[in-house]
Amino acid sequence: MSVLLDLVTIVMVSAGMVFFLAGTVGLLRFPDTLTRLHALTKADNIGLGLVVIGLVPQAGSLRDGLKLLCVWLLVLLASATVSQLVAQAARREGDSS
Amino acid sequence: MTIVPALDLFVAGVVLVVAVWTVAVRNTSSAVVGFVAYGLLLALVWVRLGAPDVALTEAAIGSGLTGALLIGAAARLRAGESTVAAERPGVPVRLLIAALATVVAAAIAGVLLSLPDPAPTLAPEATANAGATGLGNPITNVLMAFRAMDTMLEKVVLLLAVLGIWSLSPDAAWGGRPHLPHRAEPDAALEFLARVLTPVGVVLGIAVLWVSADHPGGAFQGATILAAMWLLVLMAGLGEVPDIGRRRLRLALVVGPAVFLTIGLGGLVVSGAFLSYPQGFAKPLILAIEFAMILTVATTLGLLVAGPPVAGPPAAGSAAAGSPARRAAP
Repeated sequence: MSVLLDLVTIVMVSAGMVFFLAGTVGLLRFPDTLTRLHALTKADNIGLGLVVIGLVPQAGSLRDGLKLLCVWLLVLLASATVSQLVAQAARREGDSS
Repeated sequence: MTIVPALDLFVAGVVLVVAVWTVAVRNTSSAVVGFVAYGLLLALVWVRLGAPDVALTEAAIGSGLTGALLIGAAARLRAGESTVAAERPGVPVRLLIAALATVVAAAIAGVLLSLPDPAPTLAPEATANAGATGLGNPITNVLMAFRAMDTMLEKVVLLLAVLGIWSLSPDAAWGGRPHLPHRAEPDAALEFLARVLTPVGVVLGIAVLWVSADHPGGAFQGATILAAMWLLVLMAGLGEVPDIGRRRLRLALVVGPAVFLTIGLGGLVVSGAFLSYPQGFAKPLILAIEFAMILTVATTLGLLVAGPPVAGPPAAGSAAAGSPARRAAP
């Protein structure tokens, strides 16, 4: 059982890392703010989500697992809002120049 | 096991790189971003050193709140930045700066390297006397009981900082309200975040204080979260900074130190020493102080970010004078 859980952790966290890597590469390589944001949200949302799902089997208790999920939900909320704000700011700057 | 020291070294290296970059970068806004990232990485270092209390403080205050203050300062300075950047001190001045910086760095390194090994510590005494207060977290014990005087004076210093900022207000604006740089048009996304996150953040801020009896946390860290929630609501345009002349605001600012002082003086009467808690009542008294403190510190931190009042009564007409966001908008 614990081997199976460890396997889930390894697979999920590795998959999450792939999204983080892709998001970072996109952030560095994409040409403008909007596409860079698009790349970044993949790392924030899916990447962190997969890492959290991977870590839940390793959590000592139900409470710790729920805390991990809360972290993910809060990051989802914050990163979605920040993306909106950055995109709006970028569009305003684009309009004025 | 070799991967863990390797990761530690990597994190330490990244902290150094970010620190150097923050100092070297010419653009103020970039430097602020670097500083915030530096603070978060430093929090990670504290976690690795086994000091979660310090990590929480660093993340909340060193990175979060100071970051907010610096962003505000950078926005206010933006207009004059190009002229300042164009001014370069002459070679002798730069040589002098380099020499002085080297001397300071060498002195710090010398002191650090000449520390006795193991370093002098009061930790065993603090742990040995942990039972005296009924609190399980030795950090809270030190902050609220063994060195309570320091903690109290810290809060008074915060109050002085607010007074310093308020003293920058023009005569006409005295007693009026500070103006937070929030955007002119209402923003749906920010408003949504403010509505959804604030209840969570308020519960979390109080929880961080509540668990500090036995776990990492504390009034200061909790207060920073509360202040952040207040600022979020203000920036989303869901509320206004109160007039600094308001009696209730002034009360919130002094209640923490006042309760601290009262209980401290009570200790002088009951137990014969300033800030000593009577046997068996230490925990409730400390909680009372901390709850009064969280209100004061949260209000203080929020007002520090809000800055000096820029307008007296709403009719004064200069409401946008201190708003960099509005000035920068086309």
